[in-house]
Amino acid sequence: MSYFSDIYNGIKTLLTGMSVTGGYFIRARKGSITQQYPDNRETLKMFDRFRGEVVMPHNENNEHYCTGCQACEIACPNGSIEIVWDRQVDPETGKKKKMIDKHIYHLGMCTMCSLCVEACPTDAIVWAQNYENSVYDRKYLTKVLNQPGSKVKAGIED
Amino acid sequence: MVEKEIENKMKTEEYFVNMGPQHPAAHGVLRLLLTIDGEIIKNVDPDLGYIHRSIEKMCERDSYQQIVHLTDRMDYLSSHINNEAVCLAVEKGLDIEVSDRVKVIRTIVSELTRLASHQLWWGVIGMDLGALTTYFYAFRDREYINDIFEETCGARLTMNYNIPGGLMFDIHPNFVNRVKEFLVHFKTKLPEYDRLLTGNVIFQKRTKGVGVLTKEDAISYGATGPVGRGSGFACDVRKTHPYSAYDRVEFKEALFTEGDSLARYKVRIMEMWESMSIIDQLIDNIPEGDIKTPTKAVIKLPKGEFYQRVEAARGELGVYINSTGTKNPYRVKFRSSGFSNLSVLNHITKGAKIADLVATMASFDFVIPDIDR
Amino acid sequence: MNIPLNITKTIHDWLFSIMPEGVATVTEWVIVAAAYLALFAVAGLYLVLLERKVAAWFQLRLGPNRVGPWGIFQTMADALKLVSKELTSNANIDKFLYNLAPYFVILSSLIAIGVFPFSRQFQALDINIGIFFLFAVSSIGVIGILLAGWSSNNKFAMIGAMRSGLQTISYELSVGLSMLTMVLLTGSLQLSEIIEVQRTGGWLILQGHIPAIIAFMIFMIAGTAETNRAPFDLVEAESELGAGFHTEYSGMKFAYFFLAEFINMFIIASIAVVLFFGGWLSPFGITDDITWFPETIWFVIKVLGIIFLMMWFRWTFPRLRVDQLLTLEWKYLLPINLVNLVLMAIIIWLNWTI
Repeated sequence: MSYFSDIYNGIKTLLTGMSVTGGYFIRARKGSITQQYPDNRETLKMFDRFRGEVVMPHNENNEHYCTGCQACEIACPNGSIEIVWDRQVDPETGKKKKMIDKHIYHLGMCTMCSLCVEACPTDAIVWAQNYENSVYDRKYLTKVLNQPGSKVKAGIED
Repeated sequence: MVEKEIENKMKTEEYFVNMGPQHPAAHGVLRLLLTIDGEIIKNVDPDLGYIHRSIEKMCERDSYQQIVHLTDRMDYLSSHINNEAVCLAVEKGLDIEVSDRVKVIRTIVSELTRLASHQLWWGVIGMDLGALTTYFYAFRDREYINDIFEETCGARLTMNYNIPGGLMFDIHPNFVNRVKEFLVHFKTKLPEYDRLLTGNVIFQKRTKGVGVLTKEDAISYGATGPVGRGSGFACDVRKTHPYSAYDRVEFKEALFTEGDSLARYKVRIMEMWESMSIIDQLIDNIPEGDIKTPTKAVIKLPKGEFYQRVEAARGELGVYINSTGTKNPYRVKFRSSGFSNLSVLNHITKGAKIADLVATMASFDFVIPDIDR
Repeated sequence: MNIPLNITKTIHDWLFSIMPEGVATVTEWVIVAAAYLALFAVAGLYLVLLERKVAAWFQLRLGPNRVGPWGIFQTMADALKLVSKELTSNANIDKFLYNLAPYFVILSSLIAIGVFPFSRQFQALDINIGIFFLFAVSSIGVIGILLAGWSSNNKFAMIGAMRSGLQTISYELSVGLSMLTMVLLTGSLQLSEIIEVQRTGGWLILQGHIPAIIAFMIFMIAGTAETNRAPFDLVEAESELGAGFHTEYSGMKFAYFFLAEFINMFIIASIAVVLFFGGWLSPFGITDDITWFPETIWFVIKVLGIIFLMMWFRWTFPRLRVDQLLTLEWKYLLPINLVNLVLMAIIIWLNWTI
């Protein structure tokens, strides 16, 4: 007798499964979860905290907040950040001061761990939300974050 | 004489098949050297090392803050739990206590990670057994959790949300609402998982009595997590050695005694329910408090050995740190669940068929980077 | 009069008017063969597209939608790509058998498609042992699969081929017996005759009471197994054997296997439609009086319905294990089928048919 109840139960469970997929088939138009990515670029917005790449914001006077303290360079686990710095005479105070020459960021090595952004005492580097980071040559992945001719904003060390 | 001749002519041979390193059922670069007699498996010889990235050695080079992000890449499906384990170990060494808020948030995110991991596993076990549709349903639900992670932590998989002494930043204002939204959604979808796959007679036949692991073997091989609990081995670290906020929530330890693939499946389904109930209990009353307990910029653990065990999605994860008092650990060892669980595989699949091996492996839910590290 | 008949008749008359009888006959054969080949290719390609679309809708996806409107040229593009690809092969293969195997598979399904009555006049061959012929021809395909697995010097392909052998041999019994159950009812093996029986007495699935429904269920299960589709796709079993018997095939040879799978599905569905659902007959005879109405449409609609059912199976169920596959056949389907055959005989003997 269990032979027939097996058959009955088997068919019942199979039909239950089919009812689930069948239900989705009928509601296929509405339930589709596909994002048609390259087409929806305009509407696709990343979350505020999304870690796309590290950038250094500059204000309208081409000034950044990086004092060259190298905290990010030390915090980085895989050497993605290199800071080329120099001691220059500050024209206003006349004292010698640490100034960054180049803040080099290797996007190709970055693991997006966010330790550098956390370590930065002046919030000079932040995460950008761009997500299309592929390039044809990996040399483009090495970026200089401070813009040419930029200088540190006065009074940021204090 | 004639019989002998026939026997000679009918002589069958065992043969070797390389299952992997590139194989759809291996979920990564696991190489299994199978000795097969027809369809019957005589021996399974796992060959590791195809994705060895020497994470433990790299830890000796890095500072304690930097270790955390490496553990993301071990068991990438329970990355937050791995991070938490390292942070708890370092906090133990520093002898600092994190605030209640951190504990609760860590617990909620850990359970979400576990849910996401189990959802992916559910999709994959269906796919390994031939029902491809489960994969898409599972990913639909997993997307909710990934969005929560992306909004709060900034990344979907390798989040690196923990730092020794707390969390990197506070939860996003939308976090609570999104988690509640997800719970409402998933509570309607989890019964659907059961209707689609659990009850299915083919699925039952494929998993019931397949790859049976006895409780004694589970203990002696050190199988933990759903694999151990499917065999009746009560090994949930959240129960036995509560950490973070697990001591203040009520939940049942999913425990089945059959020890077969179906029992392991049921453990995971039940764990999903329990995870949701844990989140339910915590989400409404996240206490106020500091998000970081201040530590020195350069963390130096005192001389000694520190061990912390947590319950990752696939079993017990142990973090052993041996410090000589410098800013880098002298030795870090991760006791990963996947490695111990893999060692059981040969024992329980002998005499089974190739399809059984696939079903057993799917029920073990291997993540190969966790095994190789 | 029916439109397709008019066209064929016109061509037939025209051919015989301009050339001698022998040449005209041969020319006609060639034209018919070419037409069937075209039908074969188009049906195969669009079944692939349908499969992909249906799968997508089951799985909350959109499916192919880039090539042409709603992706209708997607499979054409795929076929073009496959034609242009290199035919690679393994080392130390049995070259002759390796190259022969895809043709076995595709020819068997191509031959079978010739005997179906797509409408009253649209039938290339109306032989009096139609069902038997179909049954015989469709089982040649397994030889191709066995050869492919054996010759490609790959252990996974070999395992797949061996599985295919035992699967087809077992399930052919069920397919045959369930067909036989229905043949009892019609008393003829000729396909046109079978449909003619249903014109007066209603579709066979209704005529035959419960045994016919049981026979239909068994036929669907065994037919799905015959076509090596999920949940019986142990031959390919991608999570176990990679791609099974056609692991080592590439380009157009792979496409032959792929197309043959879908044409086999079409064949199984067509047999089911002829045997159980009245072939090209309209439901309740609603278009019987409309002379210009192409009856092929009813045939195609019914076939697509059955094919949809098979796709539904495929995208819902997990795969069986080898021994369970055999258990299902020998312990469940075959005994039920034999009892069912006796039941059907009793029903006919007592003249309980509608």
